[in-house]
Amino acid sequence: MSEQTATVLSDHAREVIDAWLAKYPPEQKRSAVLAALSEVQHENQGYLTTALMDAVADYLELPRIAVYEVASFYSMYETEPCGRHCVAVCTNVSCMLRGSDEIVAHIERKLGIKIGESTADGRIFLKPEEECLAACCGAPMMQVDHVYYENLTPERVDEILDGLS
Amino acid sequence: MSDEQVKIEVDGREIDARKGAMLIEATDAAGIYIPRFCYHKHLSVAANCRMCLVEVEKAPKPMPACATPVMDGMKVFTRSQKAIAAQHATMEFLLINHPLDCPICDQGGECELQDLAMGYGGDVSQFTERKRVVRDKNIGPLVQTDMTRCIHCTRCVRFGEEIAGLRELGATGRGEHMEIGTYVAKAMTSELSGNVIDLCPVGALTNKPYRYSARAWELQQREGIAAHDGLGSNLYFHAKGAVVKRVVPRENDAVNEIWLSDRDRYSYLGMNDAARLTRPRVKRDGRWVDCDWNAAFDLMRERLGAIAGEQADAIAALASPSATIEELFLLQKLMRELGSHNIDHRLRQRDFADQAAEPIYPTLPNLADIEQADGVVLLGAYPRHEAPLVNLRLRKAALRGAAVVAVDTLRRDYNYALAGEFAVRPSELVARCAGLVGAVAALKQASVPAPLDKLVAGHAADETTSAAARRLVEASRPLVMTGAGLEQHPCRGVLMQLAKVLADLLGAANGHLAAGANAAGAWLAGAVPHRGPAGRVIDRPGATAGDLLATARRAYVLLGVEPDLDCADGATARATLAAAEFVVALHGFESAALDEVADLQLPIAVLAENEGSFVNLNGAWQSFAAAVRPQGEARPAWKILRMLGNRLELDGFDAVQVADVTRAIDNLAGKVQGGSRATPTLESSAHAFGDGLEVVVEVPMYRVDALVRHAGALQDMPQSGDDDVRLAPATASGLGLADGAAVTVSAGKRSVATRLVVDATVPEGVCLVAGARAALADIAVYGGAVSVARASGEAAA
Repeated sequence: MSEQTATVLSDHAREVIDAWLAKYPPEQKRSAVLAALSEVQHENQGYLTTALMDAVADYLELPRIAVYEVASFYSMYETEPCGRHCVAVCTNVSCMLRGSDEIVAHIERKLGIKIGESTADGRIFLKPEEECLAACCGAPMMQVDHVYYENLTPERVDEILDGLS
Repeated sequence: MSDEQVKIEVDGREIDARKGAMLIEATDAAGIYIPRFCYHKHLSVAANCRMCLVEVEKAPKPMPACATPVMDGMKVFTRSQKAIAAQHATMEFLLINHPLDCPICDQGGECELQDLAMGYGGDVSQFTERKRVVRDKNIGPLVQTDMTRCIHCTRCVRFGEEIAGLRELGATGRGEHMEIGTYVAKAMTSELSGNVIDLCPVGALTNKPYRYSARAWELQQREGIAAHDGLGSNLYFHAKGAVVKRVVPRENDAVNEIWLSDRDRYSYLGMNDAARLTRPRVKRDGRWVDCDWNAAFDLMRERLGAIAGEQADAIAALASPSATIEELFLLQKLMRELGSHNIDHRLRQRDFADQAAEPIYPTLPNLADIEQADGVVLLGAYPRHEAPLVNLRLRKAALRGAAVVAVDTLRRDYNYALAGEFAVRPSELVARCAGLVGAVAALKQASVPAPLDKLVAGHAADETTSAAARRLVEASRPLVMTGAGLEQHPCRGVLMQLAKVLADLLGAANGHLAAGANAAGAWLAGAVPHRGPAGRVIDRPGATAGDLLATARRAYVLLGVEPDLDCADGATARATLAAAEFVVALHGFESAALDEVADLQLPIAVLAENEGSFVNLNGAWQSFAAAVRPQGEARPAWKILRMLGNRLELDGFDAVQVADVTRAIDNLAGKVQGGSRATPTLESSAHAFGDGLEVVVEVPMYRVDALVRHAGALQDMPQSGDDDVRLAPATASGLGLADGAAVTVSAGKRSVATRLVVDATVPEGVCLVAGARAALADIAVYGGAVSVARASGEAAA
């Protein structure tokens, strides 16, 4: 591990990664890469930088490109700067049948941004087209940061979004 | 793996297959072709292209032949309607996003996708939407990318991870957005990167220097041997007319398998460099004028004949260790017929104390045995740079669990895990090796043979050395390998003898990675002062390269030598040669140093223009014919030496063809084995290290010989080194110097102004300097003492 890695990763991030590492065989540090990236992204206002990915790679003794592959593959990682609250509206079949398109349209109108964009004040990031988040029984639904909100109506959405700092 | 065989039936034909093998291995062995893109016999199975789908009886769907193990009694149909429909559909999918740019694609005419589209594809696509476009990446001066053409077979990615041991390429994004690349803009730095060009089944990764300069069907393919390391990789030259356009590997499982190092692949660029010497030239009144061959031979006969007549041992010859065995044989014969044993090829060697004990020629264990080694000591050896394909075998051993211990004067970037790494100052290397020998002897309960026993007894091993020794004594197939790091060491003799003792104690094979393409051939041919051809001992040996380059003789014949760049102490070598009466240089390139020191320069054929043989470090004689005509009036050096012998009226210089010379050496030395190093004779080294920082000279892998130094694309790679000097962080801060500071490095009266790089891979007290770089030649003496100070006029850090 380089000196740089030590300063890029916070003490807390390293604690969390170590806790995950303990769950896997020592020669399979790669297994902790998803959890490590999630934690590091969480601590960095919701997105990853190349420096952070490099730090994770060095910490887990992986080739850096292996971490870039993971971060660019999964939709829950952002590799560009984005708003600090992540709003992901499910638009898969169940939610679509229950009116998710209107919810998306309402949010876009309300915030003045298109899906995939962040508000100018850096408050809210509207995640690009989100697939099923496994809450069909409460459709339409959305995930704000790490919390699920179900049975959405435009009024309920206003209330949730207005409550975000 | 089980050797058990099973019988399967393919297209109605019964074939045998190894149990557990994949279907495609069995069909390939039987000569039944199944189309494929992602499958490659030297890489892991990915099964992602789906091109090799075949019908298997009782299987509900077509199966990928690369990922379907054979089963006894299995019935396979590779050309049934179901198989053809599956292959057809796969091809249609692959072509959806592939551009129709074959006419402007370098791969056109030798493209697996093009061929298979002809054989297995349809002529019309059902896809009417737009094709995706992927931005090209700049991944360095060797490999060109056209990523829109990529079909995501991931051969290049798997090559980096599994073979090169340096994963630089990856597949980022997913689905429609998946791209092969480096993600962050960076150049590929692997010393094996060119192999991805051969692996890429489409035109996504192509040869950058070769780009747009020829079409596959215009090229003539001629066999050749690589000329930069002791392996002699087998290759093909592809020439258009008289110009070599590119180099590709030629399969030989005993040597390079199917790979080629970048140095061997791109060094041909030097052949076409503008700085080639193309006409004989003679110095008249301090100015160089072209002359004809006849005048050149007349001059040599007159001058060399006269000096030899007066004082035979006032003539000396120095040759590159990458000259052919025919050239070296004729050169030593010329010298010895003239009455002088002053001939040597060990240009970078400093210490010759041990030369009587040397084996007949330096050897390495067979590469297949290196792969099987389970305990390895690398003593001043860094195979990754010295012989990249030896490192590839060593890496296979390390991945299988071999304990590799490195003892060196630098911390290196090994692409496998080490069981122990010791990076010490040159002056501490003997002590460290003695410590390791002592620790191994103690564990083996054996005694160290005299006269080295006192030295070993004087250097007790510390705990880390003992720990490494414990790993080594557990090995059942150990190997001790020495290399270039020892070659230049002022205590080389005692270090080589310690290596021999260590190998004997461990019961290990003892290999030496000698520099140059033909070090083994040079020893066999007698291009050393103390031994004639086939190792015949000379009673009154001539002077060694070290002596010949330090004390001027009256006349020198140089074969492929640039004095400032190819010798252990370039500045001294240059001054010594400048003091000689008559220096004739047989060389392929223009050189400022030769312009200064030589009186006559003769242009020689290089690489593909030349003919002859190299003996590799496994003792294999590999002969090659010329692939193209030499440039201008250049001639193969063996012909020049033969002619010179004739003109001097010496016996035995009447070969008509190169094969006549080969036969003459073969009769003398063809059956001679390398043998092993004789019993140690040295007690210790008499060398005294000076006060100050100790210089470690690292010859960059793309600076090892004149041809590579003129290969433009390789000189743009980081492996060609730079003109900075490097110090450990503690050493630099002790001197009050920061990274990037302008410094003056002084060694006695010589000094060089350069830039400081603070580098944690350098041991404390060491000043790391790149060798074979003209700007640093004044201070690049391994083990020498230098002082580093802030350049005058610079502000304090």
